[in-house]
Amino acid sequence: MTQQKTAEELAKKQREISIAEFFEKNRHLLGFDNPRKALLTAVKEGVDNALDACEEARILPEVNVEMIQLAENRFRVVMEDNGPGIIPKQVPKIFAKLLYGSKFHKLAQSRGQQGIGISAAVLYAQLTTGKPASITSKTGPDKKAYHCKLKINTQTNNPDILEEKETDWEGKNHGTRIEIDMEGTYIKGRQSVDEYLKETAIVNPHVTIIYTTPEAQQIIFPRVTETLPTEAKEIQPHPYGVELGRLMKMLETTETKTLQQFLTTEFCRVGASAAKEICENASLLPTAKPHNITRDMTEQLMNGIQKTKIMAPPTDCISPITAELLERGLRKEINAEFYCSASRPPAVYRGNPFIIEVALAYGGEQEADSAVRIMRFANRVPLLYQQGACAITSAIQNTAWRSYGLNQSAGSLPVGPCTIVVHMSSVWVPFTSESKEALAHYPEITKEIKLALQDAGRKLASFISKKRRIGDEAKKRSYIEKYIPHVAEAITEIASLTVQQKQEMEQNLRTILEKTRGELEDISIDNPDYDPELAKIGQEEETEEEIPPEEETKTRRKAKEEKKTAGGDDDDDDKDDDHDEEEHDGQTRLM
Amino acid sequence: MTPKKQEKQTDKPVVVRIVSTAQEMYTTIHQQKQPQLKIPLRALSNVEYNETDGFFKLLPGVKLRTLTASTIRTFAQTLRMMGLSKQLVETEDIATKREAYYVSKNWGDARFLEQPESDTVMDDLEAMMGVNREQIGFIPEEKGGDVAGELVVIDVDTETNKELEIDCTKFGSGAYSVPSSCEHLRFKTKAKFILAIETSGMFERLNKHKYWKTANCILVSMGGVPTRACRRFIRMLADSQKIPVYVFTDGDPYGFGNIYRTLKVGSGNAAHINEFFCVPQARFLGVTPQDIVDYKLPTHPLKEIDVKKIKDMIKNDPFIIHYKSWQKALEQMTKMKVRAEQQALAKWGLNYVIDTYLPEKIANPKTWLP
Repeated sequence: MTQQKTAEELAKKQREISIAEFFEKNRHLLGFDNPRKALLTAVKEGVDNALDACEEARILPEVNVEMIQLAENRFRVVMEDNGPGIIPKQVPKIFAKLLYGSKFHKLAQSRGQQGIGISAAVLYAQLTTGKPASITSKTGPDKKAYHCKLKINTQTNNPDILEEKETDWEGKNHGTRIEIDMEGTYIKGRQSVDEYLKETAIVNPHVTIIYTTPEAQQIIFPRVTETLPTEAKEIQPHPYGVELGRLMKMLETTETKTLQQFLTTEFCRVGASAAKEICENASLLPTAKPHNITRDMTEQLMNGIQKTKIMAPPTDCISPITAELLERGLRKEINAEFYCSASRPPAVYRGNPFIIEVALAYGGEQEADSAVRIMRFANRVPLLYQQGACAITSAIQNTAWRSYGLNQSAGSLPVGPCTIVVHMSSVWVPFTSESKEALAHYPEITKEIKLALQDAGRKLASFISKKRRIGDEAKKRSYIEKYIPHVAEAITEIASLTVQQKQEMEQNLRTILEKTRGELEDISIDNPDYDPELAKIGQEEETEEEIPPEEETKTRRKAKEEKKTAGGDDDDDDKDDDHDEEEHDGQTRLM
Repeated sequence: MTPKKQEKQTDKPVVVRIVSTAQEMYTTIHQQKQPQLKIPLRALSNVEYNETDGFFKLLPGVKLRTLTASTIRTFAQTLRMMGLSKQLVETEDIATKREAYYVSKNWGDARFLEQPESDTVMDDLEAMMGVNREQIGFIPEEKGGDVAGELVVIDVDTETNKELEIDCTKFGSGAYSVPSSCEHLRFKTKAKFILAIETSGMFERLNKHKYWKTANCILVSMGGVPTRACRRFIRMLADSQKIPVYVFTDGDPYGFGNIYRTLKVGSGNAAHINEFFCVPQARFLGVTPQDIVDYKLPTHPLKEIDVKKIKDMIKNDPFIIHYKSWQKALEQMTKMKVRAEQQALAKWGLNYVIDTYLPEKIANPKTWLP
């Protein structure tokens, strides 16, 4: 018989969970679910941060990514940018404290959002190899660089600085460099680091990426434009998008003195009259002190906001890629017969403005009998995983492609030699999870994507019908060739002509018929932008398709076994390293 | 000029025309111009009707088949067909439509895929040459129709070349069958008229009860739209013996517009030969729309397609357009919204048609339609 336990006994086991501990156990939420994905996620977080930092500082980004294979399943990932650098005081927190960052509290278009990404990579590295992250940052040409080795204290979610010093960083004016050792599996194909960097280069034409693969092959994606994207403006939240908890928090922390003032200064599109109307609809006094608003009153305020008609948020805060650049990027990647693009005017979901852009490439060297290829982007970041869960995918599935000339069975992806690129830019991109792989299904977003797809689809349809016409014409021409001998032979037979006369007649018939046909317009691939070397990247060995659920468990188990072996290696390594045994033990247990 | 004479005298002219057509084409091609085939337009829109001629006469409308990518296949096939025709006429051989279709299987890519294709090309060629297809070496497979009554057909024994007298009263419950080509036939008869019947069912009833004896007439079963041979047979018989022709069909637009009209004035499709293949003296006995009323016949409702056909006839058929009485009859039918079959007369007894209907109708020309 099991013994009953008292609340006191149970209480001994109840304790606070730090955010770092939480993610340690739930690493899949951050995109570190398996060794193959881990490398990609780490690179992605580093590159996202680097690009955000450069753009914010209005510097043309140049990012260096290097992966060095240390053991079968262990890699050193080195990422270096030419960004503004980070002041020494901030470095530990940015790289070794989860949920620390500049982007969460502001509404502006950026790649990173939460302040989790890079520190999660550091955490993962620490979990799988026990090694600290090594960071170097320099903020100006006449300044010394700051260097440190960091770990995350998983209990407190605070950085542990293992080593720090000032160094010279020769030949570098400013920038940041991070090195982490982590477990991973290097793969090729559509979900590889290679593909990710390539797609990043495609949608960020102002970026130069220098990439050294684990095979020590160097790939350079040079920038194609010297113009930075327009600066992403920060906007204040729109009242329609705010949630109760956040509103309470805002009321608590505001420096404003009255409710009316709070509404007009903390939100966009709220002027004095709108603020008064909100207060009236909420049955609250405009002069009420924000700090004195209770939870119930906040709820009243929420209702008041919903009842009040407020102008949509400003949309000039969004910096889309532009349809033209998106199409040009696609031309580099795919050798097709036809390209087109479409951009939607700004729209709004939950108070957040966003823009959808779409580009299509049709025909050429693309596979005709399989589902179209989808390239998804959000705020200029390629989305490589969880295609099936993404609002972009379902918008494509729910668009009637048959009328645009592609095959499609109801509710599934269209089939045809076509690549569809969809980009969403917004001050806040709604992802389905923290690993930022799929867009959430907001009806406003799905609708905009569909409208953009339809726009591009119509252009595609007119091309396909033109192609069909030309195809028919070509068929007619071969038809001519087929029947000329019969016409000639019948006439020869009836009029008893000579063989020579017959041949001459065939020649004349050819001339006559060609005269009546005119020039045949040629549809072929005419794409000077195409870069076959670039296109090849990410196309090798397509073994890394997303794993179907039933196989996933199997692979996970296998991955676990792999990890165990890797763990054994760790032990050997650690004897040489002066490491905290205790913490390391803790990690092995967790695995 | 009868077709019989034409056939014997113009065997060569057909060949000459075929050869000269091909030679002209060769010259045109040599000048690097697009060759054309001029084919008389074979459609109701390209015929005219007047009572004096008594048949649908071809108007000068032609369709020009210019050699282009889209016509080259039919072009090649038409030329091939001309070649075949020339060969048939020169060797005094013949081919059925079906055989011609099979001959085309030797033409590689230019072969016909279905027989209707080759039939159309053959009809085009026939119209181009302005002769009937027997003269260009092709014979129809269609049956000419059944004949019973007071008639002796004089044919020739194919083995002995001796004359052969066929007594059409001596087929019992069967009947004499009209050959596909009947130019060589001659007749002996004392019959007072020819009764051309739409359905073989009605023919059998009249034959079984020897109506031809009672009424002293010749019965011909057309079996739907009369074939060329059937039309030619009735025409020759009526012309040579100077006897009237009465037509007895179902009382529906098909009976009027397709069966009777084709028998009397020919068709739009074979307008170039209507002159010989028509029976201008034919008169429509019944079943008229008025008969449906007068004899209180059981009816079927007109289908949408019937109504459409009637409208089309009133608007486009030169024959109907010519006769007010036909237009009235058709309009009457449209109003009644019904049609009746020949056999509907059986409502009043199986032999009512013999004992009452036909005698009454024949005795009263006012009830006929022109």
